[in-house]
Amino acid sequence: MPRQQQNLADRSMTFGLRALNRFAGSPVVDRLGLREPAERFLYGASKTTMRTAASAGRTFAAAQRLASPARQPTAQPSGLFDLTPTDEQRMLTESVRDFAQQKLRPAALAADAACVSPPELLAQSDELGLTMIGVPEELGGAVTERSAVTAVLMSEALAQGDMGLAVACLAPAAVSTALSLWGDQDQQATYLPEFVGERIPAASLAVLEPRALFDPFKLETRARRSNGGYVLSGVKSLVPRAADGELFIVAAVLDGRGPALFIVEAAAGGISVEPEPAMGIRAAATGRVTFEDVPLPDGSLIGDVNSYAECIQLGRIGWSALAVGTGQAVLDYVIPYVKDRTAFGEPIANRQAVAFAVSNIAIELGGLRLATYRAASRADQGKSFAREAALARRLASEHGMSIGSDGVQLLGGHGYVKEHPVERWYRDLRAAGLMEGVLLV
Amino acid sequence: MINLEVPKKFAFVIGQAHRVATEVMRPNSRKYDRAEHTYPRELDMLAAVINGMNESGALSGAGAGGVSRGGSRSGNGASADDGGTRNGSNLASVLSVAEVSWGDVGLLLTMPGQGLGNSAIAAVANEEQLERFGGKWAAMAITEPEAGSDSAAIRTTAKLDGDEYVLNGEKIFVTSGDRAELIVVWASLDRDQGRAAIKSFVVERDNPGLKLDRLEHKLGIRASDTANFVLSDCRVPRENLLGSPEIELGRGFAGVMQTFDNTRPLVAAMALGVARACLEETRERLGQAGIRIDYVTPPLSQSAAAAEFLAMEADYEAARLLTLQAAWMADNGKPNSLQASMAKAKAGRTGTDVALRCVALCGTVGYGEGELLEKWARDAKILDIFEGTQQIQLLVIARLLLGKSSAELK
Repeated sequence: MPRQQQNLADRSMTFGLRALNRFAGSPVVDRLGLREPAERFLYGASKTTMRTAASAGRTFAAAQRLASPARQPTAQPSGLFDLTPTDEQRMLTESVRDFAQQKLRPAALAADAACVSPPELLAQSDELGLTMIGVPEELGGAVTERSAVTAVLMSEALAQGDMGLAVACLAPAAVSTALSLWGDQDQQATYLPEFVGERIPAASLAVLEPRALFDPFKLETRARRSNGGYVLSGVKSLVPRAADGELFIVAAVLDGRGPALFIVEAAAGGISVEPEPAMGIRAAATGRVTFEDVPLPDGSLIGDVNSYAECIQLGRIGWSALAVGTGQAVLDYVIPYVKDRTAFGEPIANRQAVAFAVSNIAIELGGLRLATYRAASRADQGKSFAREAALARRLASEHGMSIGSDGVQLLGGHGYVKEHPVERWYRDLRAAGLMEGVLLV
Repeated sequence: MINLEVPKKFAFVIGQAHRVATEVMRPNSRKYDRAEHTYPRELDMLAAVINGMNESGALSGAGAGGVSRGGSRSGNGASADDGGTRNGSNLASVLSVAEVSWGDVGLLLTMPGQGLGNSAIAAVANEEQLERFGGKWAAMAITEPEAGSDSAAIRTTAKLDGDEYVLNGEKIFVTSGDRAELIVVWASLDRDQGRAAIKSFVVERDNPGLKLDRLEHKLGIRASDTANFVLSDCRVPRENLLGSPEIELGRGFAGVMQTFDNTRPLVAAMALGVARACLEETRERLGQAGIRIDYVTPPLSQSAAAAEFLAMEADYEAARLLTLQAAWMADNGKPNSLQASMAKAKAGRTGTDVALRCVALCGTVGYGEGELLEKWARDAKILDIFEGTQQIQLLVIARLLLGKSSAELK
């Protein structure tokens, strides 16, 4: 179709130029320049005391308001079984993959140690336009059609660089996607312009709560109606970029309705943040956020009764996509390693015990990838996808974990030390089976 | 555009296969599990229907006979490109094989005209051979007492004598060997020249040099006969050699092994069918026990039985999609050795694992002969063995991923 062709060309201009301008500049200088940001993380890591969210600098004000909320249309596939991404998806994924390989991977070790992502890197990620992918074109978005598959492919490509940094980069995109999918025209007019502008706000989708057997459909965070608005109370766990957060979408039970999503500006008052570093995804600067009788204006509730379940399931697909990306990183790393490493006079790859472990990584990674794509593709087609999302999540949880473990095992003692990235992937991959929210594909 | 749903155009084929499974396979499952070596007469009528459907193109490659590279040869019911991708006979075949196997995999394996030999013929025969052997039921004879997974070690020999090859050796585990009209026999033209000398020969079942030694008594798939043969001075016309008669050193197994890229997804599909049968039966039994499978609540917040079920279903999903991927690649002319073996490995082990765990979940109902679960658990095991064991698949995959020869990675 000619129209699509033109959009594709336009987009390659927008994307290609914005991206190239940034990261094709001078790789050598940039790589050497990594030391300075590393020092800066130390500042981030030292912020260990509980503090009030003070980054609440930004105020959000309604810009041009549409008569009705804008939504991205969905493309309908031909109905044939097909594993070929569209040209647009291929192009987007390639630029994200370059970014992940050239920028995220080299920064991952230091960011993991410091528990924060380098601001320069986040700015570059904003330049890439990740927050624009899920936004309708009339609101400044970058892609004509709503596509969870596109988001999955990009998440996968990012996580192939580094999962923790990928989470930090994608966190605001989850918020812009939520606003695009479920926001009314006022919510869209107030918040979305910031997500397609020059300086993307640090924002995150907070669902998890700190307790065993957490179930996102049995929340303890509550919102009650008060004075024409709401009052929010509760604790959210592992919220990415929490300390710098300017905007949150928070899952809470609304009396008389059940679990729902609320837009919460960091400036609302009554919000405190403490660092909550975890086993992995440390570059995402995860924090625990306490909401203490936070007053929310009318119009803070986002979405209808179905949105919450959809949000949870799309998030699970997102985590599976990250597991695919990091799983691929493991596979790509262990293959040359076991071919180079010799023991008893020959490469260890010549031993079945080693070689079969590599085969099994490939098999389970393949299954996980396809299951993740299927769930996302069904979401795009308007088909039910709860089952497929649950199955992809189970595969991510179980086999993702095993892939992480085998990655370390195949390197033996060398896998256990930070000289190699597999120990980080081991820690990161465990997240995919327990995280909820944060991402939205 | 990425879409992993089964296309609507296959609904008819799958529906037909499902009717076959429910109306012919299931009602006869237990009967032929008990009466091992008794020919399932009920299938003759079915074969006529299937051949009719094959010829009309309605059942695009419901059995092994339908698969071929690129779908170029079959042309049966597979519509042309649509936006660059093709869903053809390979995909249709795995879907219908899975469906019929859901009914009964033992009976599927003894479906007249649908032997693995048919796949070999479809993959490597020339036009003249296709003409001559088309429509005949062909079994496949590879394994020997001293050569199982190591097909290169086969000792059966073929010597050219005038216009005939003379075959000598012993073949075991020939599925449908007693019932088929043709046996595709693997034999070496020159044992000193290794794999390159291994060729496949079509032998008529009534050839006097082909003697049935015995039929095996098996753990499962008892409806399917498994024959052992002795070939003694078995003479076949030289035109019955499939593929090139030249010994091309360095080309290894290419000709004969090509068959496996096409048939491994089919065996994977069989495992999918058995696994789905087990899962459906178990879901129903768990429902009677008050267990509902919930896709929204985290599995760890559900009962152990529900969590176990979800774990099995997830592996089934992975196996199923890997199988569809391998078939889709074949339909689109993409090399798929790696994906075919991945599908076979995952589906093979998942089939057995799911079946055995379902038996346990259903207790004595699962273990007793009153229901079919225990039979499916016995049937499933062979699917992780024939057409390349689990271990052989892992070896194939590893060699491809690591770029290792069979001499380096043994």
